[in-house]
Amino acid sequence: MEYFLQQLVNALTLGAIYGLIAIGYTMVYGIIGMINFAHGDVFMIGGFIALIGFMICVVLGLGWAPLAILLVLLLTMAFTAVYGWAIERLAYRPLRGSFRLAPLISAIGVSIALQNYVQMAQGARSKPHVSLVQGGFNLYSANGFDVRVGWLQIVIVVVTVALMAGFTLLINRTALGRQQRACEQDMKMASLLGVNVDRTISLTFVMGAALAAVAGMMFLMYYGVIDFFVGFLAGIKAFTAAVLGGIGSLPGAMLGGLLIGLIEVFWAGYFSSEYKDVAAFGVLILVLIFRPSGLLGRPEIEKV
Amino acid sequence: MALSTVAPSAAAPDWPAALKDATITAAIALALGIFVSGFRTFDQGGLKFDYLIVDVLVACVVIFVGRLGLTLSSSAPVATLGLGVAALLAAAASFAAGKSSFMPSVFLSVVCAGAGLLLVIRGGWALAGRSGGGAQAIHQGGSALSQAMRLAFPWLGAGLFTFAVVMPFLPFADQRVMDLAILILTYVMLGWGLNIVVGLAGLLDLGYVAFYAVGAYTYALISTQHGLSFWVCLPIAGMMAAFFGILLGFPVLRLRGDYLAIVTLGFGEIIRIVLLNWIDFTKGPDGVGGIPGATLLGHPFAETAPEGTTTFHQWMGIDFNANHRLIFLYFVILALAMITNFVTLRLRRLPVGRAWEALREDEIACQALGINPTNTKLTAFAIGAMFAGFAGSFFAAKQRFISPESFVFIESAIILAIVVLGGMGSQLGVVLAAVILIGLPEWFRDLGQFRMVSFGLAMVLIMVFKPGGLIAHRDPTIRLHPANSRSGGR
Repeated sequence: MEYFLQQLVNALTLGAIYGLIAIGYTMVYGIIGMINFAHGDVFMIGGFIALIGFMICVVLGLGWAPLAILLVLLLTMAFTAVYGWAIERLAYRPLRGSFRLAPLISAIGVSIALQNYVQMAQGARSKPHVSLVQGGFNLYSANGFDVRVGWLQIVIVVVTVALMAGFTLLINRTALGRQQRACEQDMKMASLLGVNVDRTISLTFVMGAALAAVAGMMFLMYYGVIDFFVGFLAGIKAFTAAVLGGIGSLPGAMLGGLLIGLIEVFWAGYFSSEYKDVAAFGVLILVLIFRPSGLLGRPEIEKV
Repeated sequence: MALSTVAPSAAAPDWPAALKDATITAAIALALGIFVSGFRTFDQGGLKFDYLIVDVLVACVVIFVGRLGLTLSSSAPVATLGLGVAALLAAAASFAAGKSSFMPSVFLSVVCAGAGLLLVIRGGWALAGRSGGGAQAIHQGGSALSQAMRLAFPWLGAGLFTFAVVMPFLPFADQRVMDLAILILTYVMLGWGLNIVVGLAGLLDLGYVAFYAVGAYTYALISTQHGLSFWVCLPIAGMMAAFFGILLGFPVLRLRGDYLAIVTLGFGEIIRIVLLNWIDFTKGPDGVGGIPGATLLGHPFAETAPEGTTTFHQWMGIDFNANHRLIFLYFVILALAMITNFVTLRLRRLPVGRAWEALREDEIACQALGINPTNTKLTAFAIGAMFAGFAGSFFAAKQRFISPESFVFIESAIILAIVVLGGMGSQLGVVLAAVILIGLPEWFRDLGQFRMVSFGLAMVLIMVFKPGGLIAHRDPTIRLHPANSRSGGR
């Protein structure tokens, strides 16, 4: 029971991180119907920018944790968003209207280029990071086993929930959100009605990248280590989360992220940690075979 | 990095707009590079970093000049030319100054020289176009060239094949060249195998390397544990890989294109993780070593013969030469690759080949015509997997040692890039792409990581500028109206 509770706490934290990445996949898929294969690497870039941001804070003598975290958070989001924008502008926009698999192949190219760029600039060794947020409290204690909740885990969940709420408002209440939903339904019609489609799609990538940046920063703080290759697995798991929740659906992405976090942590906790990635891939395959529209998604009808 | 492309006009150049555009481009480049390139972290009793901000700033200046020059190339070619010459002079000065150069690194000097060259060419091109005649002559020359290409095309394949057959006996074919040639041919074969799946049937398979791994491990395990020879194991490995293809393909082939891509990627990773963790069976990360090499009619290629056999050189009565083994392996992979090519070309003329291409063009129409999409895709998947299995067992026989390290996702991506760059469905294109993507990087090994960065960027650029690949062959092999038809071929 205690072990179960502890795993549950860990799973929620991990799930929050996956959910944040999954939102980027789901928004992009919803609006232009492509799998942004490079999204996992944008997440990795976010982690690296956060790492360097924290180190600069230390050099500048910014010791007070909340201020440092807030500063690094904003900086990471802003600079990673530029990556999201540039990738869309350079690698995807020229391909709109090309054959179906072209953007996906281009995205694989971006992914390879980003990974090797970071490896070239920062080296292949994984980078350690000592989190500014330490400690925690005992949630529950029985049979000599403490269920610990770290302050960091609380920060992660709170930031995730706040961002989720913010983005849901943005999509449902603002003009930008309306334009995004319009482009999602019918891009040509939306452009006829005066929606700037290019700008809307660019902003979607910017938002997705900013959320991935937050996830990258949380990942860095939670695991205390980052390397150039983390984006690959995390990206695929987050994509699985997006598919599981129903691709194109924002709450679905969050739900899928939580479920993937639960599956992975419990699989590692109760069966074998070597095969935890197989569990995530297995779930992806099962979902696609039996419920391709996901838990909260609408079934997709292929028209001639 | 076009923010707003300045309209091409021969009128007065719009300097403020061009300057603004170039400034914004440089600012974006600065934002992209400042953190990841500007601070190099290293681990030395805790993580520390170096400042490389000057490098990033210099790079941004180069980008500013380059962008400005490109924008002005149509309205003010002289300015472009001037900027290009200035960049070239700066690069030359930096090279001349050597270590005390104002450029922070040799790499940046090279980039600067490249930018200068590009600008000079663009500016010169535009000037030639303005003075009339020049551009037209170039255009005519280009069309004559493409005419010649078209005439030579049918003979190109035969010529390349002849070259491939005599290549090992040419004077320049030393050990390094032969090793590279074998590597290229392995990728040609993999490319042709994947071409069946991606090019003909239009199924994006991102886990192709899994079948390669299945073939390699089948041969490695059977030969080391049961002592069967390469030639017995080769068909077994192919069948095993095809079996896996059917096993994996059956549940997922109903999925739409990009979902299928991700699921095949997942399968590829699952196979690798299993190979890595099923230590009793596959020896895990240590890999399988001591794999026997391929033999010619039972004669191994070795200096001294194992018990009860005669080696190749004893059998032939010649002196031992390590190159014999490489030449033999070269012909084995050449034969395997040509079989793949031949089977593919024949299959395209069979009903199942027609069905693949039809399915690629319009799945719903095929269903209406009574083609079973799942079975048809499954045959493509299984046949493609089978050839990967052959290639895998060849790989194991050549390397004598395999480990899961050889079967990572990037290998799948490279094979896919070969197919895409070659022009999906084009057999000859795959050969050219394999030579370019595998051959060139092997020669430029010194470039290190930059090689893979440019590999990724090349994939993007091909998709943006030449989505059809080097030799576009997306046309169906036959058409109803023969006026438009082009015979399928290499």
